[in-house]
Amino acid sequence: MDRNSKKAWLYLLPSLILLGLFLVYPLIDVFVYSFEECFNFASQTYEGVGLYNYLYVLHDPYFLQAVENTFVLVIITVPVSTGLALLISTGLSSIQPLRNLFQTVYFLPYVTNTLAVGLVFMVLFQKTEYTDGLINLVIQLFGGESIDFINGPHWAKMFVLCFYTVWVVMPFKILVLTSALASVNPDYYKAARVDGTSRTRIFFRITLPMISPMLVYLVITGFIGAFKAYSDAVALFGTDLNAAGMNTIVGYVYDMLYGDSGGYPSYASAAAIILFVIVLTITCINLLVTRKQVRE
Amino acid sequence: MNITLQELTKRFPARGRKAKGETTAVDSLSFTIPDGMLVGLLGPSGCGKSTTLNMICGLETPTSGHIFFGEEDVTALPPELRGVGMVFQNYALYPHLTVMQNILFPLENLKGKARPTREQMRDRALEAARLVQIEDLLDRRPKELSGGQQQRVAIARALVKMPRVLLLDEPLSNLDARLRLQTREEICKIQKKTGITTLFVTHDQEEAMSISDRIVVMKEGVLMQQGAPQQVYDDPANLFVAKFLGTPPINVFEGEVKGGMLTLAGQKVLPVPGAPDRRVWAGVRPEGFVPAADGALTCELSRVEVLGRDVSIVCAHPACPAGTLRAILRSEHEVDPAAKQVSFALRPEKTFLFDRETEVRIPFAVPAPAGD
Repeated sequence: MDRNSKKAWLYLLPSLILLGLFLVYPLIDVFVYSFEECFNFASQTYEGVGLYNYLYVLHDPYFLQAVENTFVLVIITVPVSTGLALLISTGLSSIQPLRNLFQTVYFLPYVTNTLAVGLVFMVLFQKTEYTDGLINLVIQLFGGESIDFINGPHWAKMFVLCFYTVWVVMPFKILVLTSALASVNPDYYKAARVDGTSRTRIFFRITLPMISPMLVYLVITGFIGAFKAYSDAVALFGTDLNAAGMNTIVGYVYDMLYGDSGGYPSYASAAAIILFVIVLTITCINLLVTRKQVRE
Repeated sequence: MNITLQELTKRFPARGRKAKGETTAVDSLSFTIPDGMLVGLLGPSGCGKSTTLNMICGLETPTSGHIFFGEEDVTALPPELRGVGMVFQNYALYPHLTVMQNILFPLENLKGKARPTREQMRDRALEAARLVQIEDLLDRRPKELSGGQQQRVAIARALVKMPRVLLLDEPLSNLDARLRLQTREEICKIQKKTGITTLFVTHDQEEAMSISDRIVVMKEGVLMQQGAPQQVYDDPANLFVAKFLGTPPINVFEGEVKGGMLTLAGQKVLPVPGAPDRRVWAGVRPEGFVPAADGALTCELSRVEVLGRDVSIVCAHPACPAGTLRAILRSEHEVDPAAKQVSFALRPEKTFLFDRETEVRIPFAVPAPAGD
């Protein structure tokens, strides 16, 4: 090792130590935990090594429910929020007056506290003995039957969770897409106008390809973010998510560690590793699919 | 088909919160581009030439005035109905499409009866590509092309619609010096081959002079002069045009006409019969100096630059506000670089007088050249 690379390693050392201590070591530790059977937290002992934790988790109805919930959440919210954000930011970039006002309004959810927003959503959607809630009043106004979205049927709860998630993740996407749209050279649009290109064709043949790198970025981070959803569900349905049938994978991991049924780091680790594998697989697929289509 | 601009005016609202009123980018501009000609719209930056081009193209709506393509008033027509092809300064090639897809793009926009079949489109695109000699590059993407090649693709894309008018916005400014020479000849060739009426905008007078059939000189939104390049150069209408055309630029002196004689700092240098007595700017082209031992204009010699075919003589004269003046002589003329002073006679046909206040040209009778 020559003098220069020694120096380089020295400079890298602080961040390497921190990364190793707080990222790499826990990752490995989780991996190890997930294979240690019957781990006792108090005595720090275990009785064997094997796949039992995985088998247990994969047969746990709560975990299967959490996986189902998470997948539904991902499959619905990522396309819906990205599509809506694209629609809104396209609209925003084509208006002149009040553009800044709208931009601020659309960005507000981003700086608002998750739990506070969750509370507001609960008030809006919940049906109690005293009131049907604002949303139900609207539904009744149109002649529909009122539903308890918070403590009612599973699909209604899922609807609220998706609605809420879309609402929370959209501001950031709008922000990114508006700046992506603004960075497209206006000469492309002028050239398209001279050639008599229709608005739809301009959007699909020019605008969309131009901002596609940003869209890919949003879809990938959107997938990852939705897979890791937890606080949204807590904000709406409280901490006992298993009872509400609204748990997510991360929520399951948390419950296994600290929840009322908690104290099982081995199961939690196994579930966490499964989540990791799912996210990794989906992200790889995403990258493979998009790399073919997106070219700078 | 002639293109006629009639009293064309464009005003923009002034920018900034405090600024009020409007800025006039183009001020009642009228000129005609004759059918099949290559015309250079020339002026310093900010003179409204790009705005004029955008109005002809239809991207900007004039505040007042009319634009005619032949007999047809196209002022209110949207760009796609005017039949114009436009080449943008940065070419505006779609980076995610191949060269072929870029050239096909305008054709694919056509609807109804005007829409050619897939084969016809391909044929026309190939024909356009052949015209600008890029048929080997059709599968590449714009970023894999050099600046000159990108320019050709942009021209092919503009030509593929078979427009009535071709507009080029600063077509050469994004190219390096060597390519610029080559490309401007290329543009000239393509224009001659297609015979399409072409207007291009430039701030580079050399570029405009070298390839245009006619040039139109603008300043601050106002037409200064138009005509064949040589004619405008030889017969400038005002001091601005005289100064704007020509490299090296014209030498300007503060002078006075007294009794039909041009006087520079007390030296009577040239008889100007017919010019009234007044204070003037006297402009002398660098090639308007003839070294003569008994020449009327005596200058202090600063430097002699040998350029091979020519010599460039830099000297100072008290009437010259710029401090130095530059004369270009054929290299046969021997000038002693060590000499302190040098004397010139002025060629009357290369000397122009302009009113000191209005800067408008003052004509005088040029005696018939007695052979040089």
